[in-house]
Amino acid sequence: MNNNKLSRVLRRRTLLKAGAAAGLLPLVRPFVISARAADTVKIGMIDPITGVYSAPANSEVEGAKYAVAEINKKGGILGRQVELLVEDSANDVGTGVQKARKLIDRDQVNFILADVNSAIAYAVAGVTNEKKILHIVPGGHTDPITGKDCKWNVFRVCNTTAMDANAIADTLISKFGKKWYFLTPDYAYGHTLQEGFVKKLQAAGGTYEGDLLPIGTADFSASLIKAKQFAPNVLLNIMGGADQVNSLKQFVQFGMDKQMAVGGALYELESMRAVPKEALTGWWTMEWWWDQPNVPHVKEWVAELKKATGKTPSARHWFGYVAVHSCALAAAAAKELDAVKMAHALEGLKLPPEVALQPGDIVYRAGDHELMSSIFVGDAHPAPAGGDADNMFTIQTAVPGEKAAGPAEATGCKVVWPA
Amino acid sequence: MIGRRFTADQITMVVVWALLLTVPLWIGAVGGYMALATRVVVLGLAAMSINFLLGFTGYMSFGHAAFFGLGAYGAGFTLKLLAASTPLSLLLGMLLGGVLGGLLGLLIVRRRGVYFAMVTIAFGQVFYFIAYRWNTLTGGDDGLRGFARAPLHLGPVTIDILNNATAFYFFVLACFALVTGVMGLLLRSPFGHTLLAIRENEQRARFLGIPIERHVWVSFTLSCFFMSFAGALYALLNNFADPSNLYYVMSGNIVIMAVLGGIRAFWGPLLGAAVFVVLQDYLSSVTTNWMSFVGLLFVLVVLFFPRGLLGFARNRGQREPAAG
Amino acid sequence: MTTLILFNVTNGLIIGAFYVLMALGLSLILNLSGVINFAHGGFLTLGGYVAYALSLRIGFWGGLIVAPFIVAALGIVIERTMIRRLYGRDPLYSLLLTFGLAFILEDGTRWYWGPQGLPVTVPAFLAQPLSASLFFITGYRLFMVVVAASVIVALFFFLRHTRLGLRIRAGTLDLDTVSSLGVNVRFLRSFNFGLGIFLAGLSGVLAGGQLGLIPTMGSALLMPSFIAIIVGGVGSLPGTLVGGLLIGVAAGVTTVFWPSASEAVMYVLMAVVLMVRPRGLFGEEGMLT
Repeated sequence: MNNNKLSRVLRRRTLLKAGAAAGLLPLVRPFVISARAADTVKIGMIDPITGVYSAPANSEVEGAKYAVAEINKKGGILGRQVELLVEDSANDVGTGVQKARKLIDRDQVNFILADVNSAIAYAVAGVTNEKKILHIVPGGHTDPITGKDCKWNVFRVCNTTAMDANAIADTLISKFGKKWYFLTPDYAYGHTLQEGFVKKLQAAGGTYEGDLLPIGTADFSASLIKAKQFAPNVLLNIMGGADQVNSLKQFVQFGMDKQMAVGGALYELESMRAVPKEALTGWWTMEWWWDQPNVPHVKEWVAELKKATGKTPSARHWFGYVAVHSCALAAAAAKELDAVKMAHALEGLKLPPEVALQPGDIVYRAGDHELMSSIFVGDAHPAPAGGDADNMFTIQTAVPGEKAAGPAEATGCKVVWPA
Repeated sequence: MIGRRFTADQITMVVVWALLLTVPLWIGAVGGYMALATRVVVLGLAAMSINFLLGFTGYMSFGHAAFFGLGAYGAGFTLKLLAASTPLSLLLGMLLGGVLGGLLGLLIVRRRGVYFAMVTIAFGQVFYFIAYRWNTLTGGDDGLRGFARAPLHLGPVTIDILNNATAFYFFVLACFALVTGVMGLLLRSPFGHTLLAIRENEQRARFLGIPIERHVWVSFTLSCFFMSFAGALYALLNNFADPSNLYYVMSGNIVIMAVLGGIRAFWGPLLGAAVFVVLQDYLSSVTTNWMSFVGLLFVLVVLFFPRGLLGFARNRGQREPAAG
Repeated sequence: MTTLILFNVTNGLIIGAFYVLMALGLSLILNLSGVINFAHGGFLTLGGYVAYALSLRIGFWGGLIVAPFIVAALGIVIERTMIRRLYGRDPLYSLLLTFGLAFILEDGTRWYWGPQGLPVTVPAFLAQPLSASLFFITGYRLFMVVVAASVIVALFFFLRHTRLGLRIRAGTLDLDTVSSLGVNVRFLRSFNFGLGIFLAGLSGVLAGGQLGLIPTMGSALLMPSFIAIIVGGVGSLPGTLVGGLLIGVAAGVTTVFWPSASEAVMYVLMAVVLMVRPRGLFGEEGMLT
């Protein structure tokens, strides 16, 4: 093969490849947001729709979508229709931050809702703070978001670890005893939650031991063996998600539920659906629960959500719902879409009962921007036969958020407003 | 042959740089945004770094994200604990990943082919594991936070790369130019030619008296330095470093970017990164099943497009050399 | 303290048996075809879910027996349509292919069965512990060990005493010679791949009963398999067996003294092995170099 022919072949192939690459451009073009009405109010929602947290993330998105539809039916925000733009953070901080910039820079959103993964929520808060966009965290639990790293533009719906621990600790002590064994996930959330419990326990003169376990631990037998030897009154299972599910299953499989009680903080409905019914046991806190028989509006809302999504709404649905409504309420109170004014308006704002869906005054506390919702303490059990399949928890007490949270100053939050 | 490849490379280079330098002018028109362009450049650098080892030396490392992540953490630690200096953070980030890479290289340089890949995967996971579990130092699952890129103080002029996305983009582009310039020079040097010889036929190169292990180790270490530099830039982009930067999925993504663009071409990986990042960004906004599409992309590229977009038919009709 | 250690060693062996089952499948495919099957975790997950879907119709046992075959069949289809084309090429490509397949499998599972974790009910008689003192050996765990052990024994028997098994072992050492001796290498590779995937699917079924089902379960269980292979020695199936048991026991014992390090221990083990004896405990020099 002589050189000329080869060089022609090479050039032709180059051209073909370049043509193919150029042919990809039409794929690129659809980026261009063609039919985005310029006069809608846009809420950007970033959640890990793929990855380990996809179940709660999907619930949050469903709740948010429902809220947007509801608001639009009533005329929207400040007379303009609302558009919800949902982006997948894929449980990766880099992606979450990138999507935040995309939503803010390209799509010009007025609000950001992010993220179930608290690390991503935290990182996105950095972006929203820089860009001066109102940011509501529906379900990311790391404490510093409304604690030492709080920001003027960031508000949170779900609880802090302090709230959860304080709400249930006394119940566990009085009902079962003061000797506890902890199964704690070894990261910031687990550490702070355990500290919260330990503080209450030690104040009551109790003793404890525990294991710090890696997230993603599949087998808990070693820790459970140790726990059994320690013979506590309560096994404090503060693992999350799949780890909590596995540890509870194994706890019950080993027959340990006959010797000690089990309890902890969160045991989300999404997790409860994933366990066989023997593992539905123990005392837990719910950040919101659907079965509140005597509270107005709840039954209707639950029925509506069930119709819209096909399942009973969980706390996560409620987070998404409240987060969107908070945006609308802030805008209505401030009478404009300026982030600083809306943030000021949101401080101390009380949720109307049809949004709060629980008794009491549910307020965004000014000192730390944390929503003072009630914590429902109760016990988990298999659903009674013939009733609702999701009736796996019974509320025994509702602890007011303000009482469980402790003073705002104790969180270490100092809200700094822009000049 | 080599002369021709460089000519084509030169054309590509001109086109590439023309596009890169004018990004602020056209990015909005195609529905993109500055942070996306910056991400493309950073990941393009990462893809080109792995290609130094993969395409030009012929060694397959599937754990290179570890060095990407190390660079990110290094930059983060510097900004958080040492000094609010962006150049220093880049330097130290690069050193962290590069030095550890060099040390690791000593351990594994005798391995070949699939075993080499397996060991890099495993060690990549070791570093991921450390970043994930040593939470007092790294913040663990929550990531390393509380730092931000510092504005550049160049004498009388201060460039605000923190708040100005366009300024930051050009800063990253300048860094990219620097590193790829070094890469290009290295590949054109006698050292670079030796690497190509090793890639083409390792046994024959050995018969020529070339110390294979030493060259591979140097190539490996250099690629680690480049990769951690890219990681440091990534940390600056996000003002965040977290363990997923080191996860094997990140390694796989970077490799596919290189393959997609063409591992035999110098600028191939950059193009691959552009396509991959943009595609992922676009797809994940329109469908929750974007993972399947990305997986499909992997499969299609491997089966039908193994030479990548810029792949040049160096030996037309000849298959790739078999493993081992 | 001794009881605690004994408990944990036993427990470690139980977990180790499970790791071995997973790792053997990966090892089989690696040894004969030189393919690092990143999709192994995905097939594991699929096995668990398929068993669950089948169990709704034909019961737990039906699901357990049939699911691995279905998954293996899918594996063979994939091998024949996609992986086969890549044998002559650089191993990079098969690695990337399986990588992409892993994405598709995980996302497909999530798309079809939803992101919500699914509970798996095992037959009641298996969910009891053996006795009060041996409380941590539940019937199901014992069952897992029994199944894993029988399958492993069957596998080794097959490889040692049947012609097909002999050919596979020979192919691991020198596929060219085997081919020139008239053996149908294509069939051999397909069969071997299917066998490996069968083991992955079976692991998934067993894991489902223990951990429940969630689309991401595969990737978490993939790394221990890699490490088991590296520790035991690439290219050696007995090595993989020992490697898997070793990391299971090591993790179990470490949990007694330092629980948060129990995961780290297998990485440390791997690093030590690679430094002191790079070919692995039972590996041979030159196996896949």
